[in-house]
Amino acid sequence: MSEPLIHARGLTKTYGDFVAVDGIDFDVAKGESFGFLGPNGAGKSTTMRIIGATSVRTSGTLTILGKDPEVNGPQIRAHLGVVPQQDNLDVELTVSENIFIYGRYFGLPSSFINKKIPELLEFAQLEEKKDVKVQALSGGMKRRLTIARSLVSEPDILMLDEPTTGLDPQARHILWDRLFRLKEQGVTLLITTHYMDEAEQLCDRLIVMDKGKIMAENSPAQLIKDYSTKEVLEVRFGSEKNHEMVDVLRPLAERIEVLPDRILLYAEDGEQLLEQIAAKGIHPNTSLVRRSSLEDVFLRLTGRSLVE
Amino acid sequence: MSNEMRKVSSYGTLHVAEARIRNMAKWAGIIFFAAVINPTLYLVSIGIGVGSLIDANKGVNGVSYLTFLAPALLASAAIQGSSDEVIFPTMAGFKWERTFFGMRSTPITARQISLGLFIAAMARTSISVVIYWIALYYFGALDSDTAWLAMPAALFAGAAMAAVMLALAGKIEKEDFFFTIVGRFIMIPMFLFSGTFYPLSQMPIFLQFFGWLSPLWHATEIGRYLTYDYPINGPMLLIHFSVLAAMIVIGLTASFRIFAARLEK
Repeated sequence: MSEPLIHARGLTKTYGDFVAVDGIDFDVAKGESFGFLGPNGAGKSTTMRIIGATSVRTSGTLTILGKDPEVNGPQIRAHLGVVPQQDNLDVELTVSENIFIYGRYFGLPSSFINKKIPELLEFAQLEEKKDVKVQALSGGMKRRLTIARSLVSEPDILMLDEPTTGLDPQARHILWDRLFRLKEQGVTLLITTHYMDEAEQLCDRLIVMDKGKIMAENSPAQLIKDYSTKEVLEVRFGSEKNHEMVDVLRPLAERIEVLPDRILLYAEDGEQLLEQIAAKGIHPNTSLVRRSSLEDVFLRLTGRSLVE
Repeated sequence: MSNEMRKVSSYGTLHVAEARIRNMAKWAGIIFFAAVINPTLYLVSIGIGVGSLIDANKGVNGVSYLTFLAPALLASAAIQGSSDEVIFPTMAGFKWERTFFGMRSTPITARQISLGLFIAAMARTSISVVIYWIALYYFGALDSDTAWLAMPAALFAGAAMAAVMLALAGKIEKEDFFFTIVGRFIMIPMFLFSGTFYPLSQMPIFLQFFGWLSPLWHATEIGRYLTYDYPINGPMLLIHFSVLAAMIVIGLTASFRIFAARLEK
């Protein structure tokens, strides 16, 4: 196997007494789409900033493209495209101008950037907005422009921090489609998210983080296989009665999780489990059988829900 | 993309300045209007109005009141323009739009951001100063062969103030009182107590203290020395020069550190 693009061992970041990233190890290979899944405050964004050579690690080793970000910050950043959690476009400038000045920050010649702009505008579906001030764009458009802007330097690694937070479902799907295309072109993607569907859609491999630590690492499908059952039966008895039912239901399922509004019963066959429950004369107010997701993996690993 | 192209540019500072100047260009009309209207108002009201009274009384330092006033007004305009042009972009860059964090994700460094802002601010200030100087000329406030030297003196003051304000604005996380403090307790007192409208020596000694702290006073003294036969001895001239130079060096050095600390969290 060739040398990993990103190699981290014992990566740690502390702010005073607070440990934001707690000695994590991971490798990212070229062309891989690698995700950091976890709730807010898990240390995902901090890890991204350290990889992005804008935050200095407290301890541990880290190489990106074989270089140490502490020593070669600008040289490493020359190979990265960064999409931050909060857009930081220049709202006074137009869509095209934003891409242009960003390219200039990489020291790219005007001729190169001007050739690149139409291509990026098409990618971001912003051709008609090219001369519009960023101020006037919708949230989804700004997000797409931020991604387009990050591609002006043809980065080897594209880093996306919560790329679809705050977007409506349609805007999210457009964005996912664009990221898929980049993946197909062989761009290495690094994504943080607290949306499990996003992680499932976009990541070849991911690490589940909580409180600065890695709880698990694998492909989304393998994580579900390792940490959950094939299906989940969700039942509701009303908030008063949910707790009373737990003891009755526990022997029937492989595993059981009690959430404030519902009970999750883990089983290989959800429909069959529901029939068993009915045969015992138990009739929930509502019931739903679904496939296991990364949310269930997270719940299993941390005892907490991803979105709190 | 070739590896040749993907190298870290040595002109990062200029790329930051370029972005700032593009941004300013959006406001070119307003910047130009302010550059013209501002001196006109002062010259008509104080220069001619107050000046006619003073000139009837034999002027100041043996020259007309407008001649006396011109270097001070020019330096004051430079200070105002350069301060605005570092304070607002710094607040926008760190807080309102977070554009500095975008720049910092590229090969650009914190020092280049700070210096690029400073250079762009001075570019704009240079234009304002030239316009102001032309206005002074047409009002007959410049009657010596060396009157043009008031421009570099004013730019020197603008640079000193911009460097200090850059560091200060970089420190501001909550802007609530910042603009009030800068406007009411720095800019206006400086304008009033820097020997702008009368020689600082007319003030009681304890109020002259403010003048000594003020880049406006130091630049005005240099400007007066350069534009007419205003007497200053060698050591005083050296002090005026050193204070302004020190403000530039200290302000910029502090801003490099402050910007780096804030962008590297």
